[in-house]
Amino acid sequence: MTGTINIDGQNIPFEEGQTIIEAATAAGVYIPHLCHQPGYTPHGSCKLCTVKVNGRNCSACTFPAADGQTVINNSAEQELDRRRITQMLFVEGNHFCPSCEKSGNCQLQGVAYHLNMLDNHYPHFFENREMDASHPDILIDHNRCIFCNLCVRASQQKDGKNVFGIAGRGINKRLIVNSPSGQLKDSDIDINDSAVHICPTGALLIKRTGYQVPIGQRIYDHKHISEVALAQENDNGQD
Amino acid sequence: MMAKIKVATTSLAGCFGCHMSFLDLDERLVALAEVAEFDRSPITDIEHCGPCDIGLIEGGVCNSENVHVLREFRKNCKILVAVGACAINGGLPAMRNHISLEDCLLEAYRDGIGVENAQIPSDPELPLLLDKVHPIHEIVKIDYFLPGCPPSADVFWTFLTALLEGREPSFPYELVHYD
Repeated sequence: MTGTINIDGQNIPFEEGQTIIEAATAAGVYIPHLCHQPGYTPHGSCKLCTVKVNGRNCSACTFPAADGQTVINNSAEQELDRRRITQMLFVEGNHFCPSCEKSGNCQLQGVAYHLNMLDNHYPHFFENREMDASHPDILIDHNRCIFCNLCVRASQQKDGKNVFGIAGRGINKRLIVNSPSGQLKDSDIDINDSAVHICPTGALLIKRTGYQVPIGQRIYDHKHISEVALAQENDNGQD
Repeated sequence: MMAKIKVATTSLAGCFGCHMSFLDLDERLVALAEVAEFDRSPITDIEHCGPCDIGLIEGGVCNSENVHVLREFRKNCKILVAVGACAINGGLPAMRNHISLEDCLLEAYRDGIGVENAQIPSDPELPLLLDKVHPIHEIVKIDYFLPGCPPSADVFWTFLTALLEGREPSFPYELVHYD
């Protein structure tokens, strides 16, 4: 079955099985997101892609497109909700952008810039989170993890491994490593694994590759995440 | 001639980088001086700020003096502006928030490499340290935020010219950075 959905007044075709975000991306319509990546099972955890479908709030990455849907993606209410969600991500973790190697290439920043987020609004948690620098090539800085689950899915679905998992609930949620010691060095992760390269923030970093592109000349320093995401995700879709 | 608007600036737990960036306005400072005058600021060396139109605050809040200065600015400034990453989210000084204050002091003044005559400073003149560094919006209401480490001179210029012309400030994409 194919059909048409209407996003912010624009008619967009979809194919059987496509979610709203997949149809939108194919049509060049950007819906902000962090935990969604084409080719991975939808997770629906970041809630940034929340759109109004026939008056109901739904995650565009998990909600199937159906003929005749009216979808609101860009409204003042949606922008405020998304800004607040992004601000919550910033205050729950410890995102000190000036000290982060990922700064400028960070999708969390890119989304925040897109939403014109100038402040963090909420009181900061300043949660005490550890770093795992045990692996010779790969670093986990838990301060920057937003629990998007992409490394978990990449390890399982692309790498055929099971290196990562999310444990705990609510504020006790944390990224764990499947190894006898719980440390990355004792896992079977490899520097070429998809899981290592998919992190949208600076939580998973490759060691000794810092500052190859100077801060100020990086992706989101100049390019809008809507433009970058649509180009990359439509390219991936054709692979 | 219209009265000049009064601007006050201060650095709390910051590195003065935002003030240096403000000075990067270069010749535009002359144009600014036509319409604005400084109250308390490192430029004027005035100790307490009086009634002002705009207060620019750099840095987060790390000690009791920062709290007093911030409250004084809030009381005296019609518009209070958080300038830079430290004012907005605590910035790099807030990276000490994961270490106990005792450990910070011991490392800096007793156990650190090269420390001689080890002693924790305890002069009553010294402001008391808070156990955490806080963004300024957690202490007083803030009207505007200029992100960046530091915000560029163009951010200051875009912001101040908008305010002076009675427009709501907004920034083009290229000017918004968190680093």
